[in-house]
Amino acid sequence: MAISRDSSADARVDVLVLGAGPAGLAAATAAVHAGARVTVVDAGPTPGGQYWRHPPGSSPPGIGQHPTTRVYRMLAETVRARTRYLSGHDVWAVERDDDGFAAHTVHEGAEVTVHARRLVLATGAHDRSLPFPGWDLPGVYSAGGAQSLWKGHRVTIGPRVAVGGTGPFLLPVAADLAAHGARVVGVFEANHPRSWSRHLPAVTSSVGTFLRGAGHVATLSRHRVRPRVRHAVVAAHGDDHVEAVTVVRLTPEWTVVPGSSRVVECDAVAVGWGFTPRLELPLALGCTTRLGADGSLVVRVDDHQATDVTGVYAAGEVCGVGGAALAVVEGELAGLAAAGARAVPDRDRLARLLGRRAQLRRFAQAIHEVYPVRPGWLSWLRPDTLVCRCEEVTVATVTNAVHELGATDARSVKLLTRAGMGWCQGRMCGTGVAALAGAEAGTAATPHAFAERPVATPIPLGLLGRVEKPPLQPGPAPVPSHNRKDRPL
Amino acid sequence: MCHIAPVPAAPDVVVIGAGVVGAACAWHAARAGLRVTVVDRGPVASGTTGAGEGNILVSDKPAGPELELALLSARLWSDLAAELGGFEHHDKGGLVVAASESAHQNLLDTGLGQQAAGVTATPVAPDDLPGYEPHLAGDLAGGMYYPQDAQVQPMLAAARMLADARGHGGAELRTGVQVTGLLRDGERVVGVDTTSGSIPAAAVVNAAGTWGGQVAELAGVHLPVLPRRGFVLVTEPVPVLVRHKVYAAEYVSDVASADAGLHTSPVVEGTDAGPILIGSSRERVGFDRSMPAEILRTLAAAAVRLFPVLARVNVIRAYRGFRPYCPDHLPVIGPDPRAPGLWHACGHEGAGVCLAAATGHVIAASLAGRSTEVDLVPFRPERFG
Repeated sequence: MAISRDSSADARVDVLVLGAGPAGLAAATAAVHAGARVTVVDAGPTPGGQYWRHPPGSSPPGIGQHPTTRVYRMLAETVRARTRYLSGHDVWAVERDDDGFAAHTVHEGAEVTVHARRLVLATGAHDRSLPFPGWDLPGVYSAGGAQSLWKGHRVTIGPRVAVGGTGPFLLPVAADLAAHGARVVGVFEANHPRSWSRHLPAVTSSVGTFLRGAGHVATLSRHRVRPRVRHAVVAAHGDDHVEAVTVVRLTPEWTVVPGSSRVVECDAVAVGWGFTPRLELPLALGCTTRLGADGSLVVRVDDHQATDVTGVYAAGEVCGVGGAALAVVEGELAGLAAAGARAVPDRDRLARLLGRRAQLRRFAQAIHEVYPVRPGWLSWLRPDTLVCRCEEVTVATVTNAVHELGATDARSVKLLTRAGMGWCQGRMCGTGVAALAGAEAGTAATPHAFAERPVATPIPLGLLGRVEKPPLQPGPAPVPSHNRKDRPL
Repeated sequence: MCHIAPVPAAPDVVVIGAGVVGAACAWHAARAGLRVTVVDRGPVASGTTGAGEGNILVSDKPAGPELELALLSARLWSDLAAELGGFEHHDKGGLVVAASESAHQNLLDTGLGQQAAGVTATPVAPDDLPGYEPHLAGDLAGGMYYPQDAQVQPMLAAARMLADARGHGGAELRTGVQVTGLLRDGERVVGVDTTSGSIPAAAVVNAAGTWGGQVAELAGVHLPVLPRRGFVLVTEPVPVLVRHKVYAAEYVSDVASADAGLHTSPVVEGTDAGPILIGSSRERVGFDRSMPAEILRTLAAAAVRLFPVLARVNVIRAYRGFRPYCPDHLPVIGPDPRAPGLWHACGHEGAGVCLAAATGHVIAASLAGRSTEVDLVPFRPERFG
């Protein structure tokens, strides 16, 4: 077992940025230019996060064409050259210490602790998943998981792929798959973007982002894929792998239009229902949260991206899912603020950033209003549908916990059924369990129940306990595979 | 013969708190024929019960009134498991181990006193420890085996008792309802005022756990119940590595300490679902919800010290709870002569799950005016002055 090490010998830095996606890179760059000493900690192998994910040794996808590649290059080069950039470091805990903050990370089997006076939390978001019959079959992926496999490993999830869910993110996922050899058997958008007309001012102000969406539609059209609206993948079928999915037409409230059900053969399915901000670290620090426009819990920040914990700033999807362009703006604001007195206040720059942030937030708000998750999805579930795959908890078990055992919210359902207590710690099942618990109990969904995870990433007891002598006995047998759903959804 | 639509009658008893102690009080009271209403400001088992390990221990209690209560409780939990079931009751037995000769000697001395009080305690020589726990560290001085120690899933236990009290006993459960005051008739407590109206009742049971002192305050009486924070580490699911409830002999003296500072001593056990639970820490820091990494490290190191095999097992979760601590480490159980009509069943510190069954049993007997199986004098509410 490797021995823990502490980076305190390296002297405390001014600003520690957690996350190297668009928000984190922008924050680090802004702070460096403002004269701060900066460390960037990220779990990924290369800077870029999910949006600019690419295999080590290559460039982000679409280089030369993608309008943001120039931004990426500039930010990543600054971070590489002028900050202490720690890739492959998983933060398992963050806490206050005597003179600021300590982030405890796991890196290649050892523990590395980084100290800093101020923090920028740019930890992004993970896919929001909803349960459906058959979602535990191999071949079912989250939309983000499918995209990560392509962006990070140049792997498509199957020769014939169905894409479903809601939101503009489905289009680039489907377009990437179609452009790289997969046959996309359908793109099924559960909402109807017709309601965009109500949001024209927000759209016209962010026309670039909107046009990229149109570009993906064109790519799909070249591959003879026409996205279907008010349609959904409501079940996956197969013995030990996906062989087909059930596709239905939806009413505006997402119940199934009678007689509309059909079975579509495919080898894989990618489903996405938006994103859930990663709030483990902000919550561990005591940052105040609020309910965002998409029903997710998000960090509350001010004009400088400051949370209500002194010295802690947040930027990007943790403050509300809004895409890479907004994340870059928020990151720049957070980096400037975290650099503190060193940053010469430049009123024009600040005004420009705040204006841009407001504009992009309006656009994000419009997206959330056009692509919400509507309650009718609960009607797709059957009593034997798994809602929590790690602990194999069914819909019937949750229903029983509410009606027989008196559970009234997501936390009491979790305590009485183990839903959300397994390997994924509610990252996959939290939204579904909270919605189901709320619907059964007649109470509002409580996303808080699954957001708090004081151990942000698994850590071996020997490492945690700083037990320096290796154990004499061999480690235990591996966990039974059915309990370990750590493959991408 | 004519039928009159039943008017919802006022309950005989209002139990404040839907944790494991309140649930046991409600279950036993309903069983005794009383009409019971349980109120809780949160959901079922959402306070300290929801943060508990589910220990039913006689091993950690030296001879005395708490041990007497624990022995009754261990028996009642077994009966309840046979009758109701559904809450993962396991007669798994406890193994207390000592690392040093002096700790071993203390363990043997404590065991003698416990044996005299009716506890089955079997000394285990170092060479025999692997027979109980094959993965235990090889350099321990010895141990003591307690077959009466058991384990339950405390949230399920509370929920099942409440469900049964509702289903068969006619009890009512009202969650999300906060008690804001007590109804008085002169000195007498005659019900509760809540955020959803008042509930008159002949008797009120304060089973508010760590918040029991606040309920007592509503009655104008003093109960010094303070929060004592504790953490539990939860590992990924693993095949059976730990068979019993295993803890270090130092645990007993830590529990008994009056010091507000941090004490940690390893408590390790497996669960039905596969994860291993690792405690225990205790410190009096109010309701501070922060989770210092250093305490988690201490727990992890101590667990690996007992079971080196755990070094490579991942921790996937940690949680905290606030034990209801009384200065003399004894719970508050029984009628309060300072506020007639008010009974207390709180302040069980870390033994709430263990003592819940007996607490419910004696509270129900006391409410019904019967004599209790255990002398309640050591637990009387007015003892703190």
